Amino acid sequence: MFEDAKEPRTLYDKHIDSHTIRELDEHGHVLLYIDRQVANEYTSPQAFSGLREAGRKVRRPSATLGVVDHVNPTSPSRTAAVADAGGARQVSYFGQNCAEFGIELFDILDGRQGIEHVVAPEQGFILPGMVIAAGDSHTTTYGALGAFGFGIGTSEIEHLLATQTLVYKKLKAMRVVVDGALAPAVTSKDVIMALIGRIGASGASGYAIEFCGSAIDAMSVEARMTICNMAVEAGARGAFMAPDDKVYAYLADKPRAPKGEMWTRALAQWRELYSDPGAHFDRVVTLDAAELGPMVTWGTSPDQVVSIDGSVPDPQKEPDLLKRGDMQRALRYMALEPGTRLDTIPITHAFIGSCTNSRIEDLRSAARVLRGRAVAGHVRAMIVPGSTLVKRQAEEEGLAQQFIDAGFEWRQSGCSMCLAMNDDVLAPGDRCASSTNRNFEGRQGAGARTHLMSPAMVAAAAIAGRLADVREEDRADLED
Amino acid sequence: MEPFTNVRGVAAPMLSANIDTDVIMPKQFLKGIDRSGLDSGVFHDLRFLPDGRKNPDFVLNRAPWCDAKFLVVGPNFGCGSSREHAVWGLRQLGIRALIGSSFAGIFFDNCKRNGVLLIELTQEQVGDVGKAVSEESTALIEIDLPAQKISLADGATLGFAIDDLRKDALVSGLDAIGGTLKLSDEIEQFERRHFAAHPWLS
Repeated sequence: MFEDAKEPRTLYDKHIDSHTIRELDEHGHVLLYIDRQVANEYTSPQAFSGLREAGRKVRRPSATLGVVDHVNPTSPSRTAAVADAGGARQVSYFGQNCAEFGIELFDILDGRQGIEHVVAPEQGFILPGMVIAAGDSHTTTYGALGAFGFGIGTSEIEHLLATQTLVYKKLKAMRVVVDGALAPAVTSKDVIMALIGRIGASGASGYAIEFCGSAIDAMSVEARMTICNMAVEAGARGAFMAPDDKVYAYLADKPRAPKGEMWTRALAQWRELYSDPGAHFDRVVTLDAAELGPMVTWGTSPDQVVSIDGSVPDPQKEPDLLKRGDMQRALRYMALEPGTRLDTIPITHAFIGSCTNSRIEDLRSAARVLRGRAVAGHVRAMIVPGSTLVKRQAEEEGLAQQFIDAGFEWRQSGCSMCLAMNDDVLAPGDRCASSTNRNFEGRQGAGARTHLMSPAMVAAAAIAGRLADVREEDRADLED
Repeated sequence: MEPFTNVRGVAAPMLSANIDTDVIMPKQFLKGIDRSGLDSGVFHDLRFLPDGRKNPDFVLNRAPWCDAKFLVVGPNFGCGSSREHAVWGLRQLGIRALIGSSFAGIFFDNCKRNGVLLIELTQEQVGDVGKAVSEESTALIEIDLPAQKISLADGATLGFAIDDLRKDALVSGLDAIGGTLKLSDEIEQFERRHFAAHPWLS
């Protein structure tokens, strides 16, 4: 397939080359073919309106899967009613648009509904070698499946629906090598948070990141999704990983994966999806997995992060005045003093969910930490599974009952309190241990404070009533 | 989309790093199905106090920056969520261009598609421009896109780089979809080859 290629290429080069319809200039702009897209109710309405106003059609309706996820309620009993008038209008307009333009829709009551980046992989809608674009920044998630995904705005959604292409500028390539074995209770979430801390919130701006190394190889496909998902928090416009046998095993029984002879043909091509030896990367970053501890953010940007046994840093020790100002501002918003140990900070809320960490193994890892213990009396703790299928599986495995017994609310799937567009919103001054992806000011509610961490760390914090080191829970278990 | 050629106006400094799209357009303004009414949402939690009054300390609430057509911003402006509502809101507030050292990728593309010019300079140059426009008397600047030039109030000028594709789109204000649809035959040929080579995708 690539025998005429002389230069060794990165997997990113292969993804882009195989989807380039034509070059548009000498500065890396190409007309890029997009295999599939996922659409949601909140970033798509103006795109559909634009098509309608211009009298344009959707070029390839079967390439789009519609999923309601951002504004739907997650209250424990499922209802299609959206209390908020704006949200209700978005859901109903989305239904109308999907019907009119012939797009398949997983509506609120559909048994396959959930967060788009959880649903699309679990349906086998995303396959290795695909290029995917969607109106959500966390579309980078699909790198974990050997595809290349990236987020776009609403105008680009309209362009994509009308033409199945985007005018695309090729990125630089960064390789992040994570070698070594993770310590017990340290997860892929900690790896990506540590990377963001190392290179900064714009450290991968202008890049697509390849993740590789023995620590990545050892991870499950779900764990890899967490890494690719949050690559955007380092500024990356896409993440990619070479698919391997774990990816093929993950896909084999998924409803929309190819079957039989078609599977065999696809697999033969998928095995060619890797960066050639000697391929050029514009930047290489290495992380030693064994050195990493459980990470937690202290500020209002995902790169304001330390290990749970660390302390809130002192802005006075930051020589860069601009950075010092940003740190001071973050500490004011977070109501934290320099030098405070992270594991002494009390919380009011604990949230497990989001496209970053709401898959079945995330729930299993949180349940393992709980093991018969109860959520602290002053903490409101919620679990929002990533999809209705994940929810059902967790119920079948008995995880749901463990969460309920511990004092967690067991809710319906959706984006929920990750961005608080539905009615799951924090109040000013609330402080939340959260398995989500963004600790921005006001993200989970105006004036609310977010600390990002892994699902197991959220469970540990919920029990302790403060940010806590999940490894202490492990040690306590050993002493029992 | 309004063409961008030569625009003169006040520039407001907002030099913090990593100003994200949640801050630019908070979630409560994302509930529409059209683009209207977003000017009141831009920087809402910075512009307004909890009781609804304007925050007198916020730069866009003070003269002359309340009439700003440009923002001079810190690194990684527009990071986070893909919400184009952030750009629609800025545009509705009257913002035509942003000057910064780096912009987040999705935000960058969203600006291009809405006629908002993003100018990338070195961090040092951004600092200098930011300092100049922080003074009431020197807040007025002029941006000439065809000539790729910024003129400061004291007469100093700075050149900036921009690729032709983006420049032409901004200067002409043309609809990108129309342009791509002219290539429909090529798209169709590509599709045929692509699905023949990867039949499980069709």
